[in-house]
Amino acid sequence: MIDLCPTTEEDASEIIRAHAQAGTPLGIAGGNTRSSFGNAVTAEHRLRSTALSGIVAYNPGEMVLTARAGTPLADIEAALAESGQTMAFEPMDHRPLMGTSGEPTIGGVFAANVSGPRRLISGAARDSLLGVRFVNGRGEAIKAGGRVMKNVTGLDLVKLMAGSHGTLGLITEVTFRVPPRPKSEATIVISGLNDAEAANAMAAAMALPVEVSGAAHLPMTVTWTFLGNRLPEGEATVLRIEGLPASAATRAEKLASAMAAFGPVARLGEDDSATLWREIRDVKPYADGGPRPVWRVSVAPSVGHQLVAALRLETGVDAFYDWQGGLVWMRMESDAEAGLLRRFMAALGGGHATLMRAPASMRAATSAFEPQVDAVALLSARVKEKFDPAGIFSPGKMG
Amino acid sequence: MSDAISFLAPRADVMARRRQIVADLADLLPPECLVSEPRELMPFETDAFVSYRRMPLAVALPRSTAEVAAVMKYCHRYGIPVVPRGAGTSLSGGAIPQKDAVVVCVSKMNRIIEIDLFNRAAVVEAGVTNLNISEAVSADGFFYAPDPSSQLACTIGGNIGMNSGGAHCLKYGVTTNNLLGVKMVLVDGTVIDLGGKGLDAGGYDLLGLVCGHEGQLGIVTEATVRLIAKPEGARPVLFGFPTSEEAGSCVADIIASGIIPVAIEFMDKPAIEICEAFAKAGYPLDVGALLIVEVEGSEAEMDDMLKDIVDIARRHGVSTVRECQSATEAALIWKGRKSAFGATGRIADYICMDGTVPLSQLSYVLKKTSEIIERHGLRVANVFHAGDGNMHPLILFNANDPDDAARAEAAGMEILKLCVDAGGCLTGEHGVGIEKRDLMRHQYSDADLAQQMAVRAAFDPGWLLNPSKVFPLEGRQPA
Repeated sequence: MIDLCPTTEEDASEIIRAHAQAGTPLGIAGGNTRSSFGNAVTAEHRLRSTALSGIVAYNPGEMVLTARAGTPLADIEAALAESGQTMAFEPMDHRPLMGTSGEPTIGGVFAANVSGPRRLISGAARDSLLGVRFVNGRGEAIKAGGRVMKNVTGLDLVKLMAGSHGTLGLITEVTFRVPPRPKSEATIVISGLNDAEAANAMAAAMALPVEVSGAAHLPMTVTWTFLGNRLPEGEATVLRIEGLPASAATRAEKLASAMAAFGPVARLGEDDSATLWREIRDVKPYADGGPRPVWRVSVAPSVGHQLVAALRLETGVDAFYDWQGGLVWMRMESDAEAGLLRRFMAALGGGHATLMRAPASMRAATSAFEPQVDAVALLSARVKEKFDPAGIFSPGKMG
Repeated sequence: MSDAISFLAPRADVMARRRQIVADLADLLPPECLVSEPRELMPFETDAFVSYRRMPLAVALPRSTAEVAAVMKYCHRYGIPVVPRGAGTSLSGGAIPQKDAVVVCVSKMNRIIEIDLFNRAAVVEAGVTNLNISEAVSADGFFYAPDPSSQLACTIGGNIGMNSGGAHCLKYGVTTNNLLGVKMVLVDGTVIDLGGKGLDAGGYDLLGLVCGHEGQLGIVTEATVRLIAKPEGARPVLFGFPTSEEAGSCVADIIASGIIPVAIEFMDKPAIEICEAFAKAGYPLDVGALLIVEVEGSEAEMDDMLKDIVDIARRHGVSTVRECQSATEAALIWKGRKSAFGATGRIADYICMDGTVPLSQLSYVLKKTSEIIERHGLRVANVFHAGDGNMHPLILFNANDPDDAARAEAAGMEILKLCVDAGGCLTGEHGVGIEKRDLMRHQYSDADLAQQMAVRAAFDPGWLLNPSKVFPLEGRQPA
């Protein structure tokens, strides 16, 4: 594998043009910490954004930041922290789960549309992304979107680039929304609920006017992995409240008294709350360095626990839930059981299962992303062809 | 009627077959779902961008996805342009037909299919109005967040077409951030589903692409939208400032302070006078500009936030602070704001611009706007969503005076270019439509536009869907 790390957008264009002319496949990467997200790519050359680095513009009064794609996420976070702002979508760090190392880049965050627990109310990375620059498969530098929060000028190619995993072009610059960082947070823990009861409790919490910004359910098999085993014993259904200190405290109080109807309620303070949600975000229970297959399943919140219950009758599966039960992290006992999982999911109304980790042989035999119906697959292939007519970018990555 | 913006020349072969096309459509649709008599076609010849009109060939009013698919399949087979339409409230001419087009209007598809409170989602047909969704779930304590001023009339299908915003998107986002899934009919009649009640779909974000497509990629027939729990309370507060500049700079400081109100709306003196005369909302008349700042939450939370906001406003020379004392007063404040366009229409003809600018440029752009307006000898009323920089200068003119109308159009174009040059964009929520089509090259390079048009071609290679809109007519790639 040869890494190509252009230092300017023009250099990137030139590299891409040369590869397009020769028809040579080109992997696309940033810090390479999420490289096993999606199907394996076989390309001798890999174009990386790492040398396209640095914050280009940041005016906190506009709540907007522009950075080159290869800027380390850590640099962005540091700049935001200084101004009391944040990325609302709370991007997950894939390194612990996937056993990768290196520095995540801001381009990679958007290319993989990475979000975390707050996605439930604040949207995914794609919802915060306002503008991109990228080089398409013809080597042309393209601008899409802009740096203002409301913009409906032309087709929204920004959304298309988010989550395209380097198959449509090399993202060279991103502009995104950075709202104020919540000044305080608290988490309430309801103990002893089974998966179905927890789904009911979380739905009830989301219906209250208290702005729950995180709703996860941690079954008994995983609770010990969080906060150094300091969560109350048994299952833990956790709900987060954020905001200005006085307001967050009041809302947490209201939420706690409403949730008492479901089970015993405990409270976590600021620090524990912050740690817990970071651990949920980064899938702590399955960041075990092991080989067992891990799925990330997105379904309707009411369906998550039903899917797990159905699978348990057929195979060994451990699971916990984020996004009110609609994001299910599953670790399979041995086989990935893709067919079983996708069949049950379809029977329960459909959703999207992504294989996040598995031994190479299993990955080779299983599509990492949810297969699409023919008409949508055809449309997606046509869209891809419009960006990358020579088909050089990360062949096979998205199926 | 103006003619500065041209439409594609009607396809002669289609025009020649008009009678046959109407007869064929009559086989696909019941009589009450097909309009072809010139007198009955009149209501469809324009939308809320009334300076342009074109009589369509026929209007189809399908009642189901299957009927939409049948019409699309037929039109595709015979190369007949299709112009999708919701309630026809577009301010950019997005729904104005063309002479060789069949208008496919989803207004009869107005069923709420499912309210799923557990999953906080509503599944509705495309012709359901924006406000209907919120009304259907209000008693259960939920609402649908995007709230364009035309929400009483505009359809969710149209909202998706234009990625509509509204006053409250500062906190809750625009349509694209509140849309979970769609059912749509492609140009050849194929029906696809994108997204669903789960949050993340795999594959390319075609749902994100379709939102704001301006009828260029297909016809959305059903939508799954996100519902949100209503806040405990909401309180709009009026802040009067001596000048527009002071109000403008106050906005950026509120945002920078770390407080995000649900809405920050701006009105200048002419807008205040027009709206107050119409709605009797209790706006102060002795100020140069007004901000309506709305906060949400419990009484104590709102008190806290407002205290900080009042402090900031004081630093910017606020002269009047008026908190409303009752729900009735709050409703009146919003009635005044949301009727701004209608109220303006009572005193003059107007065109409404929709550029967005970075917050740091608000004061500068306001000042430049008034210079442009003065130079053209016109009047303007500014009323807009200041929290996200989405400007709405209403340029007043007399439509019966062709010279006045031409100057208004010219001034509007200058203002939009000003917004782009200030780091913003041509349109924040109304769409490009026909109105801003020829300015697209001011915002995008040839390569940028070619990439967008290439993506468009992945959906509609023959340019049959709303073909006179969004992209400049020159430089289009042939099918």
